[in-house]
Amino acid sequence: MNVEPEPAISVRGLWKVFGPHPERIVGSPEAELSRADLREQTGCTAAVRDVNFDVAPGEVFVVMGLSGSGKSTLVRCLTRLVEPTAGQITFEGEDIVAADQARLRELRRHRFSMVFQHFGLLPHRKVIDNVAYGLEVRGMNKADRHARAHEVVELVGLQGYEQAYPDQLSGGMQQRVGLARALAVDPDLLFFDEPFSALDPLIRRGMQDEVLRLHHEVKKTMIFITHDLSEALKLGDRILIMRDGAAVQLGRPDELVGAPADDYVADFTRDVPKSHVLTLRWIARPPVVGEPLDGPELPATTIIRDAIRDVMHATAPVKVMSNGQLLGLVDHEDVLRVIAGEPQPVSV
Amino acid sequence: MTILTADLVPSSRRFDRRWSIPVVLVAWWLVWRFGFGTHNLPNGGPTFIQDWFLRIRNAADAGRDSSPLFIYFFNPIAKTTGSVISSMMSLTTNLGWTGITGIASAISLWVAGWRHGLLTAVGFISFGVLGLEAESMQTLVQIIVAVFLSLLIGIPLGVWAGVSNGFSRVVTPVLDIMQILPTFAYLPLITLFFLIGPASGTIATMIYAIPPAIRLTAAGIREVSTATVEASESLGATKWQRLTDVQLPMAKRTIVLGVNQTMMAALSMITIAALIAAPGLGASVISALIKLDVGAAFNAGLAIVCMAIVFDRVTTAASVRTERASRAGGAASQRTRLLRYGAGIGLIALGVILPGINRSLATFPDRWVHGTRNPVNSVANWTQLHWYGATSWLTTTVTHWLIDPLQSLLSNTPWPVVVLGLALLAYFVGGLRPAIVTAGCLMGAILMGLWPSSMTTLASVLIGALFTMIIGIGFGVWLGRSRMADQLIRPILDAGQVMPPFVYLVPCLALFGATRFTGIVAALVYASPAVIKIVAEGIRSVPANTTESAISSGSNSWQTIVKVQLPMARGMLLVALNQGIIFVLAMVVVGGLVGAGGLGFDVVNGFAQSVFAGTGLAAGLAIVFLGIMLDRITQSAGRSRRTTD
Ligand SMILES: Nc1ncnc2c1ncn2[C@@H]1O[C@H](COP(=O)(O)OP(=O)(O)OP(=O)(O)O)[C@@H](O)[C@H]1O
Ligand SMILES: [Mg+2]
Repeated sequence: MNVEPEPAISVRGLWKVFGPHPERIVGSPEAELSRADLREQTGCTAAVRDVNFDVAPGEVFVVMGLSGSGKSTLVRCLTRLVEPTAGQITFEGEDIVAADQARLRELRRHRFSMVFQHFGLLPHRKVIDNVAYGLEVRGMNKADRHARAHEVVELVGLQGYEQAYPDQLSGGMQQRVGLARALAVDPDLLFFDEPFSALDPLIRRGMQDEVLRLHHEVKKTMIFITHDLSEALKLGDRILIMRDGAAVQLGRPDELVGAPADDYVADFTRDVPKSHVLTLRWIARPPVVGEPLDGPELPATTIIRDAIRDVMHATAPVKVMSNGQLLGLVDHEDVLRVIAGEPQPVSV
Repeated sequence: MTILTADLVPSSRRFDRRWSIPVVLVAWWLVWRFGFGTHNLPNGGPTFIQDWFLRIRNAADAGRDSSPLFIYFFNPIAKTTGSVISSMMSLTTNLGWTGITGIASAISLWVAGWRHGLLTAVGFISFGVLGLEAESMQTLVQIIVAVFLSLLIGIPLGVWAGVSNGFSRVVTPVLDIMQILPTFAYLPLITLFFLIGPASGTIATMIYAIPPAIRLTAAGIREVSTATVEASESLGATKWQRLTDVQLPMAKRTIVLGVNQTMMAALSMITIAALIAAPGLGASVISALIKLDVGAAFNAGLAIVCMAIVFDRVTTAASVRTERASRAGGAASQRTRLLRYGAGIGLIALGVILPGINRSLATFPDRWVHGTRNPVNSVANWTQLHWYGATSWLTTTVTHWLIDPLQSLLSNTPWPVVVLGLALLAYFVGGLRPAIVTAGCLMGAILMGLWPSSMTTLASVLIGALFTMIIGIGFGVWLGRSRMADQLIRPILDAGQVMPPFVYLVPCLALFGATRFTGIVAALVYASPAVIKIVAEGIRSVPANTTESAISSGSNSWQTIVKVQLPMARGMLLVALNQGIIFVLAMVVVGGLVGAGGLGFDVVNGFAQSVFAGTGLAAGLAIVFLGIMLDRITQSAGRSRRTTD
């Protein structure tokens, strides 16, 4: 086992309750009530209830859930755009909940940034000034911030549009401006609150690729909110699923699909083509007596979809290996069962 | 069980309400019929409360030069405002009409473009053509000072109300009260502190003009999308940076709209301010009204309308332009902008230099003056002569069959029965709270010693509101159902709302003479545009598929209107009633000036004769009581209907 690196951000027992006197709810018997009952009895809404997780440096951490499940509130608590009701948030060892306003501003100006669903651009400023706004807020002089803004505008592929106003751009381009604005301050931690859900599917896919590319290029830690499962699976190293404010399951994409914690998660993942997400580990089985063991070897982390050709062409069952040890075998039948067991992929 | 009782209670209450109002009315009528003339409150001489007000008034007069409150607070305000106004007045005389026209056109050109620059020039020249150059300049100066001070106070307060929920909660009810009170009502109070004169006029104007500035600024700040505010916060912007970089620039358009509304509110006050000796066009209107000189009143009214149109068009255009203006890029627009600035400076220079070259150019040339007084007077005389039969028939019919009976019912029934009856009606319409408010307000009117005047005013208001609702619903339904009608009528309504209320009195006076009916008709004309618009809005907000399903199940137009659209628009109809009644009250008291009597007359008389100053103050308060009473009843009607649905 290798030693876990110190998490970039660590969340323990986080609560956010909206309504009158929210602090009395946490820790009281009422905290156990369902969200609807709590609302009826106290007039309070528990938007986030007792959430715990760590995000490793360089990880893309996805938060998913239905509308109203508390995703936005959760991510806003992390930068204290919303004040958490209870819990601990630690960023690189520093207690965020205890930070005063000046320190918070400092963190927001230099360490965090955020991309919003509805962009939040300043309509009265040109693209270049929107991108440079975070630097302007810091007090950087105009020449320097424009120079930096030009770099970032290029990074997101908007060169040539520096002098345009936001409403002269398409939705996808506007969100690139939002992205550039967030990147311009060179943050360590990027938050995305459903950044692409207002965009149409084709542009959305392009922007997702853009984020993946940026992630490889600049290696930022990212916390990404979405309610689109395919987006979550595509981008996320790990995914947190929320329901009614509480965390239901946290795991890698194949863990969610292969071993959903409950019906809610299973419902979420029902339409996913399993062969696109699950790895060979999930279907490897012990050898049956007399089975040939001279087939090709494949690592256990191979996605089934990528293994189909090898399995089908092999004359003997494929050996699934993990750390040089045999985990099990996979043959034609096993693969076909996974593919046949899934519903027709939904065409987008 | 619970279901059963839940079902029973509202239905029994509904039964109550359906019969209770007619029962109260019939009982009231019986008491009136048999108790006629007994237990009436006299319209006698000053009561103790009026005496007391008079003593306060006298004490204030005596203390004006000795009490610290006056020396350090009221007097400096009055003096500063007064001296600012008088120095600006002398500035306008020095600039002469050419200078003023040049400056005004140049400013319009800069903020609103060529067309509006031209409009301003035409408007300002028209003041001279109407023969009212001096009066217009006096009004202009007072408007500018009042608007400037209103914005100086209103915009920062509006920003505060926009960013702070706490302050917004405190200030909103105050603004509500400031706007439901007829401006007339607080004039006596202002003169108590600031005496009559231009300073009082400006302060009265400001009380009316500040609320829209605060409201619209706050609305503009609140409208700024939360996404943008959050984005700036997430980048570590301070509150100040957020305000200056995000909220103010994005609210700019709404704030300029607030400037427009403030200006319109100030303009609508000029005639009212003239009642407390503010000079200018308002004074011309008032003195003409008092002399029943329809032509002169019309002439001054026309000048006010010209000024209103110029202000309204220019500030509206400026508000639309604020967005585009900041981003005009490119060499071509750079050039046109320079041209605009150059032309503006040229205009100013020309206007200012001309009188320097030849002093006689400073005054508007006499031969260009073509007032409308005489032609209008001959038209008015002709109308009075030839339509006399029709108009006097209308006046006497409505007076005989509606105004007189209602007024008699209100003022000849023993007063405890009136208080009880109105409180009961308020109770059945809106519940316990409005009933208590009603009883309290009526007792207030009694305490003021102005029961008969209050009842005269109330009768006129009720009848005016009735007519207004009939007309408002008729036109509102038409506008709501027909796009063509909407396009045809709406510009007229918009124009009607821009005009200062007194202007309506002029033609009404010409047609119906100095009667209570005149006040009612003027109120009708004044209140209708708003009511029609609200009703049309309500009709239009009925979902199209509901209307379609009614039509497809065979309803004819009349059935669709009466069975579907009006009932579904009930909420808006009640809003319309509330607004209509407040507007009617504001105008009916103004009608006191032209023979409609009632509380309005008491207020005006209070300015005119110092022995009646106490009565004037009391009448102002009585108007406040009536306003609060009518507002609460109509508002609670909307609320209680909704909860029992
Ligand atoms: N300012 C607020 N005041 C009161 N309740 C709030 C507030 N903000 C959010 N809530 C409530 O908290 C719950 C979670 O809201 P949140 O916006 O975090 O959901 P979400 O998962 O982001 O949903 P969506 O996918 O629609 O954006 C909702 O029930 C919402 O009504
Ligand atoms: Mg959200």
